[in-house]
Amino acid sequence: MYRRFLFFFLLAIFLSAKNFSQSLMTKSGFIGFYSKTSLEDIKGENNQAYAVMDLKTRHIAFAVLLKGFIFPKELMQEHFNENYVESDKYPKATFSGTCSGDMDLTKEGIYQVVIKGELSLHGITKPVETTAQLEIKKDHILGTSIFKIKPEDFQISIPGIVRDKIASDISVKVQTDWVRTN
Amino acid sequence: MNNRKIFIAILCFFSVFQLSAQDSLLKSISDTMTAAHKTEYVTGTFKALYIVNMKTIEAPAAGALNFEIQHRFGTINSGAYNLWGLDFATFRLSLDYGISDRFSIGIGRSTTEKTFDGYVKYKLLRQTDNTTSMPVSVSLLGTSTYFTQHFGTKAEDSAISSAYRFDFTAQILIARKFSEKFSLEIIPTFIHYNLVDSPDDHNNVFALCVGARMKISKRMAITGEYNYLFPNQLNSITDPPRTNSLSFGWDIETGGHVFQLVFTNSQSMVEPQYIGDTRGTWGKGFIYFGFNISRMFNLKPRK
Repeated sequence: MYRRFLFFFLLAIFLSAKNFSQSLMTKSGFIGFYSKTSLEDIKGENNQAYAVMDLKTRHIAFAVLLKGFIFPKELMQEHFNENYVESDKYPKATFSGTCSGDMDLTKEGIYQVVIKGELSLHGITKPVETTAQLEIKKDHILGTSIFKIKPEDFQISIPGIVRDKIASDISVKVQTDWVRTN
Repeated sequence: MNNRKIFIAILCFFSVFQLSAQDSLLKSISDTMTAAHKTEYVTGTFKALYIVNMKTIEAPAAGALNFEIQHRFGTINSGAYNLWGLDFATFRLSLDYGISDRFSIGIGRSTTEKTFDGYVKYKLLRQTDNTTSMPVSVSLLGTSTYFTQHFGTKAEDSAISSAYRFDFTAQILIARKFSEKFSLEIIPTFIHYNLVDSPDDHNNVFALCVGARMKISKRMAITGEYNYLFPNQLNSITDPPRTNSLSFGWDIETGGHVFQLVFTNSQSMVEPQYIGDTRGTWGKGFIYFGFNISRMFNLKPRK
């Protein structure tokens, strides 16, 4: 019995190690969002996004702590967390999806790909589809994408008095640098 | 025993296969992130720098300037002829500036006794989201006030040394944000009066101030404060006698402004006056209506 257990255990370790080598992970992904109106420019930036990409299945996933977004004005950051995304209740934003398009991981080059998946923010999950650029290097994969989201889609309510100061389409910029281990 | 081992083995086996599925990819980083979570400071214990008259543990961030306008009208029981007190407006204007994220300074000027005040506030301890490491926020506050109102004739006035116009207040502000909605603050207070009304009054006075806020929506809150002056310290004035300051407020937050509508039995807004010299009683309608308006300016962008 013990041997059989050991067999399964070793198999489990073997398979998980195999899987691990297939995926790339970073804990310092960049996510920034930008709202531009004639009255006020607002930006929040986070350098601590977790991002993982499975090279075999081309699945990608992101997770970011909303409290980690840094704003130029401290009061804006407090309002962002307390009044808009309610980060005590919903601490994370996540994305899970797939990457499609022509790319050859073995060849260095710049590839335009399509990212399709689901974005969860403020307790709401919405489909998101965007283009991205993947730059394949010998020991790095660099990803960049810019897309737009609407706060209303995620039930983030904006009071009338500040409505003109917050853009209805907020652009989101994502940058990752995955280090290839093999 | 053996069955349990098989179960664990099978579980390991399947969990490995599950990892390759898309959602598990997300789950794996999400769990790693949760596990790596560091404790963070609690923010927004109070919306403004004042509950009503009492100062909060909050301070402007480094490079931020807060401009505060505080108005108190006359007493509500002064009748329709005086438009229930609205004819008698008094105010305090003040500026608070954050030298660092923990250290701030402020200056103010009030109508009552034409008083100037200056203070320093230091955020000594900050509450963290992990309660076991730091359950409360503590700020230290030192205030000095200087009243410039003349005494009697010019000769009488100049006979009094300007040192007698100073009062000093030392406070330890202890606050806890119990939930997203409810915060409580307790302030042990020491006041030194350089000049008191009679030799029977103490120059060194102790008080305990308690304030709280309850959010009623994301941008509105109901607040209250009670400033308890320990008895037998300032007894010489009996008509009307000194009483404890009790105030209520309704906070409305709009972007960089906080607007507070207040009802209080103290007309003055600096510590030696509202803690040690409140005469109005709520029961008899000696209630002052008023408001605090604050506006935060960022003089320096954050690094």
